[in-house]
Parts: sequence; structure tokens; C-alpha cells
Amino acid sequence: MADSDGRQVDSINHSTEEDVKLQEVVQAKCEGKELTKEEKQRLRKEKKQHKKNKKDDRGPPEKEKEKEKASVLAPSKPATQSPAHKAAPVPVNASASESPVAAEKPAKSKAEQRAERRARQDTERASKQGKKEGGQQSASSKPKATPNELQPVKRLPEHIQVDDPAALKKLAKKLERQQVPLRSDYGYKVSLFSHLHQYSRKNPPTQQISIPATVIHPSIVRLGLQYSQGIIAGSNARSVALLHAFKQVIQDYSTPPNEELSRDLVNKLSPYISFLSQCRPLSASMGNAIKHIKKEISNIPSQCKEEEAKRRLQECIDSYINEKIILASEAISKYAIEKISDGDVILVYGCSSLVNHILCEAFEKQRKFRVIVVDSRPRLEGREALRRLVKKGIRCTYVLISALSYILPEVSKVFLGAHALLANGYVMSRVGTSQIALVAKAYNVPVLVCCETYKFCERVQTDSFVSNELDDPDDLIVTRNGKTHLENWQTVKSLGLLNLVYDVTPPDFVDLVITDLGMIPCTSVPVVLRVKNVDQ
Amino acid sequence: MELQAVLMAAGGGSRMMDLTYNTPKPLLPVGNRPLIWYPPNLLERVGFEEVIVITTKEVQKTLSTDQRLKTDVKMRLDVVCIQEEADMGTADALRHIQQKIKTDILVVSCDLITDVALHEVVDLFRAHSATLSMLMSKVHEFTETVPGQKGKKKAGEQRDFVGVDITGKRLLFMANEADLDEGLVLRKSIMRKHPRMLIKTGLLDAHLYCLKRSVVDFLVHNKSVTSIRGELVPYLVRKQFSKSLNSQNATEDSEKNHKQQDTHHNLELLSTSKDEALLQLARERSCWNDHRGDMSEAYHGGKLRCYVHIMEEGMCYRVNTLAAYIEANRVVPKLFEDPPIHPAAVVSERSLVGSDSIIGPLCQISDRTSIKRSNVGTSTTIKEKVKITNSIIMNGVTIEEGCNIQGSVICNNAVIGRGADIKYCLVGSGQRVEPEAERTNEVIVGSDQLMEI
Repeated sequence: MADSDGRQVDSINHSTEEDVKLQEVVQAKCEGKELTKEEKQRLRKEKKQHKKNKKDDRGPPEKEKEKEKASVLAPSKPATQSPAHKAAPVPVNASASESPVAAEKPAKSKAEQRAERRARQDTERASKQGKKEGGQQSASSKPKATPNELQPVKRLPEHIQVDDPAALKKLAKKLERQQVPLRSDYGYKVSLFSHLHQYSRKNPPTQQISIPATVIHPSIVRLGLQYSQGIIAGSNARSVALLHAFKQVIQDYSTPPNEELSRDLVNKLSPYISFLSQCRPLSASMGNAIKHIKKEISNIPSQCKEEEAKRRLQECIDSYINEKIILASEAISKYAIEKISDGDVILVYGCSSLVNHILCEAFEKQRKFRVIVVDSRPRLEGREALRRLVKKGIRCTYVLISALSYILPEVSKVFLGAHALLANGYVMSRVGTSQIALVAKAYNVPVLVCCETYKFCERVQTDSFVSNELDDPDDLIVTRNGKTHLENWQTVKSLGLLNLVYDVTPPDFVDLVITDLGMIPCTSVPVVLRVKNVDQ
Repeated sequence: MELQAVLMAAGGGSRMMDLTYNTPKPLLPVGNRPLIWYPPNLLERVGFEEVIVITTKEVQKTLSTDQRLKTDVKMRLDVVCIQEEADMGTADALRHIQQKIKTDILVVSCDLITDVALHEVVDLFRAHSATLSMLMSKVHEFTETVPGQKGKKKAGEQRDFVGVDITGKRLLFMANEADLDEGLVLRKSIMRKHPRMLIKTGLLDAHLYCLKRSVVDFLVHNKSVTSIRGELVPYLVRKQFSKSLNSQNATEDSEKNHKQQDTHHNLELLSTSKDEALLQLARERSCWNDHRGDMSEAYHGGKLRCYVHIMEEGMCYRVNTLAAYIEANRVVPKLFEDPPIHPAAVVSERSLVGSDSIIGPLCQISDRTSIKRSNVGTSTTIKEKVKITNSIIMNGVTIEEGCNIQGSVICNNAVIGRGADIKYCLVGSGQRVEPEAERTNEVIVGSDQLMEI
């Protein structure tokens, strides 16, 4: 991007670019493509700005012109939100803001560069959209629901395909730029899930990371290793460990000269997050935690000293964990204990830290109940749950999921943990949960899902195929008496091993969701999300 | 910074005195490079940028003058000298450089030649927050005949008994045969926590250790520990299973008791960090356990953990005996892609140099010589009609015409007279073999060396 050229450009050049852009848009119009409302709005704004620039050309000397441009461009900087380092069409904001904001020289040139870049990207995008057939806009082209006109229109590409070779190449290039090693897929992937990544534990993500780790902070490398080996598993544990690692990163961070902490630290975190998602795909709770941290970092005022800023961030992380995880689990157990009565037979599945906590608290509060732990291969997490409950003194029964319909007539309620709660009320949890919910529904047993609000996610999913996680297929192999029948499963062409991690349960099977905000029906999740967004 | 590398190069080579009485062990040529080149090469390949080298003055002088070393090794060598007479153990050496150590350390011995994927060892160290992580390898039988060995090979060095758990990663027990009087004694606490243990004896300790920073601080407080391998490692392995409330060590005398209490106390204290609470929370919430079958949490709640990575395949040599030295010389040149004949060597066309031989720089090989399966060092002069098979010729050697050298090791600056027939011998440094000599299976060293026992 020849920004040096852009910097020396005078307004005439700038306007010629606008000319070009307008021409292309007009061209698109002439080609008979239908422009949606947003396109028309954008066009209108561009035209206005174009006209204003032309007026400025003839008018006052260059300094004032630049001041105008600065005023035009400067608001674009604070307007863009921290995660949106993506291009936002500057001209959209231009016409709206007339207030001349005095911008310093270096900021102006940087902003000018960014403006040039955005203008160029816009032209490219406009021409690309003109070429594509069909006026189909992706659903996300709906602009951000804010009354503020300064908000940029966020656009996602039309065809989002994970295994699209162009997208894969882009990902590889991005990882290379961040110096994060790309982990290669392992083994044959079942066709329905071939768009997901499948890694082997025998190829750790640290193979190409230098020892000692310099590009990626050592605590992040350690965290990634612990994720990929399953030492830290479970939504809450992963989030807490992630925040702990971020605390150490912030501790060791020092702002380079001529940079601002609020912007540089966020940039530093990006390769770490890429590395972690190469180790194991991020969970919804981790995603929300990262979003929160990034927002906090970018909200640090620029005059804040580095030590003070670091201290503030550490406190913020501590308070996030305290509120959203520790206190939330206290609140949830208080609500949940109301639902546990004496003589209950409670069924739990797998090892959910929250459900275990609830049961232990209920036992301490002298409720009389017994627990049936249902477990499934290959993870067999139920054993860990069983150990913790029995250690506490609770009476437990242990079955495998294949015995579910046998044991359900005895059960009075089912408590399930969740990995995430989706915006359409579906519950994403460990694979097998939807089975439990389904059979429980058939037996008219109430199903209660316990989930903290920070796991609520804005994604919408109705099936378990489109977005899931594939674990190491070799985990499915069993060795008994030294014999492993599946040892060379790769050589059998017609055989594929599938080790799914998550599945989604529809809200019809869930009777109640217990969150730290109270006990809500499954369909009220979007309301909670909306309330959360307004709060923030 | 995550790890600092420490290279221990002050050892004497006490098990191959014939080779090392004149040349310090780190400078012995293997595959025409000094032995001390190999560990930094391994570290450099993995990504280290500097290494602290603990060595003697003589080695330091050579390190700073050797041209080849300077060009090949790109990382920064921070050389620390210690007195040769001080007879420091490896742990003493660590204590000596305690000021320089700011993070966890990776200690490697200079006589290690290996192509291990180092991330295997370090991953264990990282993932489990281990206090010690080490490398071991299956022992290879040496097939080459060793010069100077009369009769069958001795029963060999004392065996090491290494106990690992069923995953093969966690180190539960380590003892050398020499320390065990009648039999192997296993504590009940180990058996209770790890009912399945595999005890292996055919393992070679590669002397590559990842140690936590707190261990160095522990060494500073406990001046009685002198050797890492001999004392520190077995101590740490034992300490994994001792109760912090000290009621079980009734068999040991009270002095040791108190010392151990103190030291254990030290170890524990030094390894806690500020964010321990968060880590603890994460571990509690995680549904993972490293063992199953009993009611205890992951790692049995122990804070001290020792791990080992056992190499199944690949090359791992510790060049501390003559047999190992010869074997290493045989295998190592195949690893690197150097041209077998160094461009600076002068090799006459009418000589025959086999493809599995290597010739160092500044050599002069005359007509009608045949060199098969041998390593010839720098600045060596080989005259006509010499036959060299299966041998190792070090630097600065002169071999006169008509010699026949088979299966031998000729050390630095030796001179072999005309027509000598040397089979399976070791010719010491600077020695002269008289012309027309016929030596078989002998060690030819100077009389002054014989005095040194």
C-alpha cells in the first residue's frame, strides 16, 4: 500500500480517487445491479463529501483544507471500536461530522493513511460486489443497531466457508505474519465434519515454537499446551486459566516507545489468541472474556501511566473472574438449591464444575438426595465427577450413557451444565447432553440447565454440524490385553473415526435455565443478551 | 524469558583418561568438530540465543580462538571460568553462577550428542509445571571393537534403576546400583499413589535437565549438594512423595530430618507465586486427573513433580567412555551435511578416500593411500601407501609412508613411523610410534600419564 504517496498527495489527488470510486459505483449502477438501502446511503454520503472537497479545492489555502480533512478523518478514529480494526468506510462519517477537531500532525498523517487505505479498500469492494452475481447481501450487512450515524457499517464476506481454499490461505498468511505455527490436520475426516479441524495429540502445537518461547509469551505457550493435552478442560477452568495467563502477559508487558498501551497491548494479544485457537478452538466463554479484556484495554485513557494502567487491568481481570465466575456460581447454587428437595434422585452428565459445586453446596445444606452420574466414552469425565461427589460424602450411582433409558425411571430431575447458551435458546454442551435431554423429556423428567451469563453467546445454531470441535480420533482406540484392533485405521480407506466434542440441545427439551440473574426459560436468552449489551 | 541454557564443560573425562590426559574432554574431536560444539548446535537449532558455558581456562582460550567455532556457532556464549583444581561438582557450578540465573534453566552436559526433539522434554516441563524434567535414552550396545580392551567387556558400569508410572512420563524412582546395598527399597507412599510402576534398567541418562528457578535457590541454601546427577536428582525424585508434615522420616537421623524439613520448606516457599490462587481455581474447575482409582486430586496434591522423556528412537550419545567416543565418531558425521572432504584439504587424485570417511581442513593426503570408514582431523599429514581403515585420526597427526592402521585411535600430534602396523591400538597424544612397529590391541601412552592414577 503506497501510503507514502498518499501522504504527499494534495487534495486534488484525493478527489480523483473519489472520482474513481464514484465512477465505479455508477458503473455498477449502470450494470443494472440492485443497490440496497445501505449502498444508496453510502453513495449519497460519498457524493456529499465529494462535493465538499471540490468546494474546498477552490476555496481557502491548503492549511485549512487539511484541517477540514483532519476534522473529517479524526472522528473516524474514535468512532471505530477496538475490535473493528477492519476497514470502515470513512466517507460515511465525513458528512455527518462538521465539528473541527484539532488534530496533531502525526495523528493526522496516520489518520490520513488509514483513510486512504479505507478508500482504496472501498473501491475494491465496490468493484468486487459489482462483479458478483445476485444482489444477495449476507444477513450481517445489517448495520449495527445504533442510532449513532458515526457507526461504520460492518460487512462480512458473502460466502463464508471454512474450507474454502482462499479462506484457508488467508488464515495461513495471517498466522505466518503473526509468527504462529500452523497446526496441520490429522487423519481422515468424516465428510459431514470435513470443514472442521482435527488435530492429533502426537503433534503438539509447540513443535515449531522456539525454546525459549520469545514470539509467544511463555505462559501462553504453557496454557496452549495444557489446553491441547486436556490438562485444563471445562469451560470455566479454561476461562480462568486464560485470564490468569493474560495477567502474566500484562505483568511482563512494557510499552514500546511512540506507542500507546491501549492500542499496542491489544495488538500484542492477537497472535497469542491465534496460537491458543490453534491449540484448541476457543470456547464461547473464552471469547466473551477476551472481548471484555480488549474493551477494558482500549478504554484506558492515554494519559494514564503504564504502571497504573497495568494495575487497573489486573484489578479488572480479578473482578471479572470474581463476579462472573465465583459469585455467579454462588448465586446459581442458591437458586438451584431451592429446586432440590429431600428424597430427590438427581441425574448429572459428565463433569460440570458448576453442577458439582451445586450438589456439594446442597449436600452441605443438609439436603437429602442421591446422584446418578452418567458417563460416556472416550473422555469418561464422569469418573472425575464421581470422585468429587463421593469424596464429599454424597451417595452416587455410576452408569454409562447406554444405560440411560434403564435408569431414567428412577430419576426425579436432571441437572446439566452448559458450555454455551446460544442466542436462539439452544444449549451447547458436551456431546451426549442432547440425548439425555431427549430421553428425559420422553420420561417427563424435568431438565435444568445451569449456566453463568458470561457463557451466553450471540451465535445461532440449530444443529451440531455447522460449528463443533473434533478431538483426536486416536482417543477412540481401545487397547485390551495388548491388542489394538484399530491400530492401523488410517490404512482402511472406508473407515473414519469421529470424536465429537459438543452438541446442541433444542430449547423444547430444557425446562429451566438457572443463571446468576435468576431462573429463566430457555427462550429468554436473547433478552439477557440484549440487556447485557445495553449495559455495556 | 522462559529458559536459560547452561552448558557444563568443566568435566575431566575421568573414564577415558587415555584420551583426555592432554586434551580437555570438551575439545576432543568428534566428526572433526570439538565435542563442545554439539550441545550449542542443538540449542541453537531449537531457538536458544545464548548459553552460559561453565568451563576451564584452557577450554575458554580455545573457544575464543577457534575460527570454525566462531563461524559455526551463532549464539552468544557467555563463558564462565572455574578453577580446574577446585574440583567443583555440577551443582557447585550452578551455585557459582547463581547471580546470572534469572529464570528456569536447562542444564546440558558438554558430552551429549543427540538429535532429540527438545520440545518433548520442555513440553513436560511446561505443561505440568514440573520442577525437574530430564531426558533419557535406551542404551545402545556398542559394536565396534575398542582398542586396548583386553578380554571380554567388563560387566559394565553400575546400572541405574529408573521407576516411571504407567504413562511413562512421571519419574517415580531413581537409584543407582551402587547406592543400593541389598535390594531395591520402595516406599509405601509411592506404591499407594502409583500402584503401577515400571522399573527400567537399560536407560542412559542424557544429563539434560530442565530445572525450576526455585531449585537453584534451594542449592544456594544447601551447600552440601555437589552433583546434579548424583545427589540433586535423586533427592528431588524422593521429595515428591514425602509428607510436608514430617512424621514418616523416622528412619533417618534427626539432623538430616531437620535439614530436610528446612530444605523442603524452602522448596515449597520458593515455588509459590502471587497468582497461585487463580491457578488453584483453574485446576479445581478442570475435570482432569493424571491418575484414577483413588480419591485424590490431580498430582495427588503434590507440588513437586519430576518428569522424564525416554527416547525410543533417534540418536543419543554421551561421550564419556572410549567405546562411546568411537561409536559417536562413527555415527555423527552422517547427521550433518558437511562435505566429507573439507575443501581446504589437499587430497591427491591417486588416493582412495571412501565415501564414509571424513577429512578435516588443511590435511595432506598423498598418493596411493586408502582411507576407509575413518575420520581424519585437521592439519594431518598422511604420506604415500598408507592404509587406514576404521580409525579415528585426530588433529596434527603425521603418518609416514607404508603404514597400516586398523581400528585404532590416534590422538593429537602423534607421529606414526614408516611401515608401522597398528591394529586396534590407542596412540596417545604426542606419542611417537617407531617405524616398522607392529602393535595390536595396545594403549600407547607416555610414561608421565602412567603415573597419574
